[in-house]
Amino acid sequence: MENYLNLFIRSVFLENMVFAYFIGMCSYLAVSKSVKTATGLGIAVVFVQTITVPVNYLLENYLLKEGALKWLGEGYADIDLSFLSFIMFIAVIAAMVQLVEMIVEKFAPALYISLGIFLPLIAVNCAILAGSLFMQQKEFINIGEATVYGVGSGTGWFMAIISIAAIREKLRYSNVPAPLRGLGISFIITGLMGLAFMGFMGIKL
Amino acid sequence: MSEKESLFSKRNIKLLTNPLSIANPITVLVLGICSALAVTAQLKPAVVMSLSVTIVTAFSNLIISLLRNTIPNRIRIIVQLVVVAALVILVDQVLKAFVYDVSKQLSVFVGLIITNCILMGRLEAFALGNKPWPSFLDGIGNGAGYGLILITIAFIRELFGSGSLWGYKLIPESWYIANGGWYSNNGMMILPPMALIIVGVIIWIQRSKKPELIED
Repeated sequence: MENYLNLFIRSVFLENMVFAYFIGMCSYLAVSKSVKTATGLGIAVVFVQTITVPVNYLLENYLLKEGALKWLGEGYADIDLSFLSFIMFIAVIAAMVQLVEMIVEKFAPALYISLGIFLPLIAVNCAILAGSLFMQQKEFINIGEATVYGVGSGTGWFMAIISIAAIREKLRYSNVPAPLRGLGISFIITGLMGLAFMGFMGIKL
Repeated sequence: MSEKESLFSKRNIKLLTNPLSIANPITVLVLGICSALAVTAQLKPAVVMSLSVTIVTAFSNLIISLLRNTIPNRIRIIVQLVVVAALVILVDQVLKAFVYDVSKQLSVFVGLIITNCILMGRLEAFALGNKPWPSFLDGIGNGAGYGLILITIAFIRELFGSGSLWGYKLIPESWYIANGGWYSNNGMMILPPMALIIVGVIIWIQRSKKPELIED
């Protein structure tokens, strides 16, 4: 239990998708003009991440990894299908996003309308694919850890986009020089926030 | 049948040169940011990354443009993802075979080329509505624009952060404080956040020179 908590805190703060690895920046910059849209997208990302990382973990350990196909029979023990990871992960992600879209449309139509185009756009959000690729690199020992990592990395991204949206809303009333307005100052601020997050680096959990 | 346009007509050359300045994918279109920041600590991975993205963008633009009249609208994104994923797997295997140390440095970011917004952005905005040769050129142009920014950032970061370029030490050893001199590497440049700040400054310079890009 303690291990899961450590993993969660590590993936939200120490290894934050946006501030430590700069992943998921395109939608992060494009959607952060208002806190409302940022919240909607953030929640959708957490949701999709929580589903896709464990599913890809199962795929990785029972199909793709070297020696993963042992359960089919001893003759299959040394097949290594890891070169197929990219295609399989992205296929799972695209399918899950489509599924989530259909479920949300059926059971929460108001949410579906307010999210609009952002829901299908999650499929190409680097943060989702990166979550699965990092999960592959970290070699978790069970599906529980993979799920916690999924929730954690999604929450980290959610936290990041809410913060920058809140700051950008306030920035509209500041006297930023014209060439820096909008995109330029957002980059610089994200850089400063990244520097601030490096303060978490030495923490031993 | 429209008139035959020469291979390197004015319009096609513009496809190659626009992304280098006024239609730059990173600083104007806000695409492809993620990988631009993470792989620019040194010049070598930045160059390898730029070449990989240019090749994948150009060929995926070409393939999707050839298929553009036969893809049903509902599964458009899935077809694009499959084509791009296949090309990235190819590039990844080639990188692992020929420049293994650089591919280890790039790690997940080669896989992330699949979700690199530049690819999806150009496929949707250009390849689906244009002929194969202009789409190919557009892919090369955007890859080059992306590469230009990456190499600029990596140049600054490696030079000031490690005192070297492409692994070759440029600052003489005698200049360093440890050896009795006055110079010291700017440690902050190696940190990822500096890449963001450098891009912000590049955008600042670009928009000062071209006021039509300023947003209100």
